[in-house]
Amino acid sequence: MTTASLTKGTAGTLERDARGRIRLTSARERNLSVQITLLVLCALTVVTFVRMGYGTVDLLAATRQALADFGAMMFQPALDPPFGAGHFTWQTVIESAVVTVAVTAICTVLSAIVSFFLALVAAQNLSSPVASNVVKGFVAIIRSIPTILWVLVFTVAIGLGSEAAVLGISFHSIAYLTKSYSESFEEIDEGVIEALRASGASFWQVVFQAVTPATITKLLSWTFIRLEINFTNAVAVGAFAGAGGIGFQLYQAGSRYYNLHEVGVIVYVCLIVAFVLEFVSVRLRKRYILND
Amino acid sequence: MSAGQAVAGGAPRQAPDLSWFRRRQLRTIAGIVAVVVVFELCSLICNFSLGYALGSIPAAFAWMLQNFIPTVESLANLPMVIEQTVSTALDSVAATVIAAVCGIVFSVMGSTSIGVECAPVRGAIRAVASIFRNIPMIAWALLLLLSFKQNEFTGFLALFLTTFGQLMRFFLDTFDEIPAGPVEALRSCGASYWQVVFQAGLPLAVADLMSWMLYMVETNIRSATLIGLLTGTGIGFVFNLYYTSFRYDTAGLVIIVTIVFVLAIEAISNIARRSMI
Repeated sequence: MTTASLTKGTAGTLERDARGRIRLTSARERNLSVQITLLVLCALTVVTFVRMGYGTVDLLAATRQALADFGAMMFQPALDPPFGAGHFTWQTVIESAVVTVAVTAICTVLSAIVSFFLALVAAQNLSSPVASNVVKGFVAIIRSIPTILWVLVFTVAIGLGSEAAVLGISFHSIAYLTKSYSESFEEIDEGVIEALRASGASFWQVVFQAVTPATITKLLSWTFIRLEINFTNAVAVGAFAGAGGIGFQLYQAGSRYYNLHEVGVIVYVCLIVAFVLEFVSVRLRKRYILND
Repeated sequence: MSAGQAVAGGAPRQAPDLSWFRRRQLRTIAGIVAVVVVFELCSLICNFSLGYALGSIPAAFAWMLQNFIPTVESLANLPMVIEQTVSTALDSVAATVIAAVCGIVFSVMGSTSIGVECAPVRGAIRAVASIFRNIPMIAWALLLLLSFKQNEFTGFLALFLTTFGQLMRFFLDTFDEIPAGPVEALRSCGASYWQVVFQAGLPLAVADLMSWMLYMVETNIRSATLIGLLTGTGIGFVFNLYYTSFRYDTAGLVIIVTIVFVLAIEAISNIARRSMI
């Protein structure tokens, strides 16, 4: 790495971004790349709309019906007649919501533990460059496979049930958390690790006396962000994993009974759980990640 | 840091006060016990067996390696798989761009830094964004399926609605965090509301906004897979079709093509992102 020293006057003229970090690119290059990216994205959008299949429905009538359906879902949620049809009881809905939350919690705990150790290997300041790159590449591949494909694969490979859902969600979750954790590890002060190593601390002593205490707040807030995402995923894959849960009930209400009022009730239950999780994770994030 | 304070707070020149360490140890143990209890409780609730799950991972991977290796016959499907992947990727780009256009308008109005003066309006915008984001993707897909029937446009709409909610969250955070200085300077010079938005708000936020858009394109390819499964379009549908009819070689081909596409898109958007900061 090359180093350069600047006088105070020169340093003052350096261009800095909104967070006070020194800019690495010139303003012209930046504007150009923003424009090019926007142009490419817009061009791709136009291409998409030109080649998209719109089906045979009358779009205007369909929009009107979709709005009416949305109204039925959001403004007239009901389980019992006249709107609902009595396919679900409140007990089933609440119970399946609890099952989904349980799946979410299991996935998050499992993936947090596995990711912690994987991230130790992936962090460049704690392991060798080869090991770090191998783990990072492996994790990038796992992350690129959609959660739903993992779940479908596991349902056939190990059978329907909560195990398939948990493993399917956890794989993606592990990949995500390993990346976030290892980035947190890489940000810690090199001096602390060096000081411990110089005084003869073993690898695990460095990890548990320096790395963990310095990053624990960040690790926790990343974990809570992931808890929120895992809940969304657990709802989404519920219909396919055969593990029950609120997603399965939602799928039943929507694609078997075609009753939007019942879908509405289930959606509201999901919303309440998601709001609670989001509230917790936003609080933690505001406290620990942003105010660093 | 608090260790130092605790030790300094104890009697000087005597044996160092170790109570802070003892408390930390207790807190760590309590935390671990709490996590284990929650885990066991959840395992009971949803009938999850950790032993079975961990034990079956090797078998699952062996099964995948055996069945998912694309065969020569499945390579005949490659053009179709690539075409479907491209259309899924294009859908996620389009959904992101349209959602970003709507999202920027609403998040400028709803942000605390350059938003509209009326606080209830800002609160309402935030509430609507939160509801859109948290309505499960399955609910959107099933709702739209009833009126728009099974076609690519339905998948796009479902993707657009969830993307809109998520992008609004990121955009609102971005606008909330822009430095107050330039905004205040413009206001004190008598700039109008739109001058503040276009001369201070957007230029300060543009790099972060683009970065979130690119991130959304990446994640949307994964969401599009699930939505495709429900609306019968794109790569999710193709995977499910071959997977449920036990033609695993083509299903494996789908996974490999997806990996290649997602990694390529990630690499491109990383280059774009780096050239903007």
